[in-house]
Amino acid sequence: MSHFIGRHPIWSLVIVIGIAILLFLIFAVWPPELEQVLGRKRIFLSALLNGITLGGLYFLVASGFTLIFGLMRNVNLAHGSLYLFGGYFGYEVANGTGSWVFALVATFVVVALLGIVLQFTIFRWMEGQDLRQTLVTIAISLILADLMLWRWGGDFYQVPMPAWLGGPVEVPLVTAVRSSGELVYLSYPLVRLVILLGAVVIGVLMWLALNRTKIGMLVRAGVDDRDMLSATGIRVQLLFLLVFAFGAGLAGFTGVVGGTFQSLQQGEDIKILLASLVVVIVGGMGSITGAAVGAVLIGLADQFGTVYMPTYAVVLTFVIMVVVLALRPQGLMRGN
Amino acid sequence: MALVEAARAPASAKPESWSWTDTFQQYPALWLLALFLLILPAFASNFVLIELFGWAMILGMIALSLMFLAGYGGMVSLVQMTVAGCAGYMIAIFGTSVMTDISLGWPWWVGVPLAIVIAVIFGTLSGVLSVRTEGIYTIMITLAIASAFYYFTLQNYTIFNGFSGFNAVRTPQAFGVEWRSPVPFYYLILFWTVVSYLAVVYVSRTPFGLALQGTRDNSRRMAALGFNVTAHRVAAYAFAALIAAIAGVLLVWHGGQISPGTAGVGPVIDILIIAVVGGLSRPIGAFIGAIIYVILRTFALDALVMVGLDGKRFQLLIGVGFLLIVLFSPDGILGLWARWRARYARGNARDGRA
Repeated sequence: MSHFIGRHPIWSLVIVIGIAILLFLIFAVWPPELEQVLGRKRIFLSALLNGITLGGLYFLVASGFTLIFGLMRNVNLAHGSLYLFGGYFGYEVANGTGSWVFALVATFVVVALLGIVLQFTIFRWMEGQDLRQTLVTIAISLILADLMLWRWGGDFYQVPMPAWLGGPVEVPLVTAVRSSGELVYLSYPLVRLVILLGAVVIGVLMWLALNRTKIGMLVRAGVDDRDMLSATGIRVQLLFLLVFAFGAGLAGFTGVVGGTFQSLQQGEDIKILLASLVVVIVGGMGSITGAAVGAVLIGLADQFGTVYMPTYAVVLTFVIMVVVLALRPQGLMRGN
Repeated sequence: MALVEAARAPASAKPESWSWTDTFQQYPALWLLALFLLILPAFASNFVLIELFGWAMILGMIALSLMFLAGYGGMVSLVQMTVAGCAGYMIAIFGTSVMTDISLGWPWWVGVPLAIVIAVIFGTLSGVLSVRTEGIYTIMITLAIASAFYYFTLQNYTIFNGFSGFNAVRTPQAFGVEWRSPVPFYYLILFWTVVSYLAVVYVSRTPFGLALQGTRDNSRRMAALGFNVTAHRVAAYAFAALIAAIAGVLLVWHGGQISPGTAGVGPVIDILIIAVVGGLSRPIGAFIGAIIYVILRTFALDALVMVGLDGKRFQLLIGVGFLLIVLFSPDGILGLWARWRARYARGNARDGRA
């Protein structure tokens, strides 16, 4: 930390000022002049929280994507299809059994198995052929998309939410002051907060698993130098299978989560794929921390863009990607 | 990039004294094909001319620009369809359409060059962005650019008119010819197809093209030899963008309309499929892929219904076909053909000895 400040004094100052402004915007009661410029504080706070929770969702999808890429050099363009399939499957399970938690677990297992089948029957045979693997994932995403359209059609689906997650809660953030001096607090859907918490917990667990366990050590070693790892006698194929299963399962799991607080429909697979692509390009390939930073950035850009400049929202996301590519082609959180 | 390496173009194996006539002497089928396409309007219906061959040639040109980047430069760019879409949008904006409050109604000799220039700039800038990273990153970055363009045109109403896009974009009348009528339009497409095909064949033999193939095979060695690898790659993007832009102009005239779906993620992937299925090793592959795609697209619906399947399962057919090609013949139809000929030649040689 002090190392960073020493090396980049100006950037550090900019970051500190940025954080100070952000904290002021979040906690202070906005003076009328500010409300004139930025609109109601409630809208700003909702956009902020929506952006962060959306970032949580993006993080869950993108972390699987980035792990699979980092270890196997496999750009899995079917990742969005796994997400959508997970969502539809979770919808069926949740409707059939009535249990949301069971749907989450069952979806994770089933999509992970699907990932194992894919890795075992197809990708294993074309290791080291990046482009061919990517083309195969494109073919798989086309096939899956059409099969899902066949089965579920073009309608909207929403995974039924358990009762204990429903309804809004009051968040201790002041949005306005009534003329009587009473403070008005922001009320926010509980489900989004729970999902954000879940994303953080999963992120921390993943970080611990990668940095504190033996398997995590193997994965990190494989990301750095796959050939050396296999030369030391590790059964890398087993490791690949494990990581692919985990990444796929996580994508399916996130599909259920996304299907709960957003909705599922045809075309969602491409949206999620695009989001994961941009997140890992911005954050840096193969880096979990990068996926987290990128996901929050892109989630915020998405929501603030939609609120403050509706017809140019995509451009904001895109500009972030372009700036990162121009300044740090390897991504924000990745060494050279 | 093993696939591109497997599908390496045979350019470097050619003797020094290469010329156009050699190419045509080597492949007499090309003469026959050229003759066939020239006299096609004499006996084919307008539907066959425009909806089959015209469309296939336009898609083939876009796939050709991808083939140039992927086959000679080793850069699989998914942005080519978007470049074409960009040119098409510019035609609709500068020219005439139903949306009179956006379309400027400028004459074609202003609008068309301007549209092509803007699309080439767009394609070159995409190239500048994506050549900063290597190998498989290209496909991700260009896919991100392509989908950003799609969502942008979908959301933006002030310039791109959002979801509905532009309708009734007229093919102009020029030099006393009504280019909208099928036969002139067919020849217009044919002309630009031939020009771009010959341009790609020619450029691949120039010092620039050979250097580009060098950067594909070993970029570090080329850099050590003093070649500016980045500049070669960006120039390749610019050249490919020019072909795609011309195709985009023809595309919007062909359909008479343009909307976000024209350059959506689906068509972007379709162009990749066309190029890969045809074969990335030679320019003709792009057109082989395109004609197969167009025939499937036009007749698969009826064929599927005929064998008792739902006609809507077209994408499934495309997906499975693409999967099979990628799994079993990484260099596409051209690769299958080469393998079949090799086996045939071996068989002949064996028979000769016996």
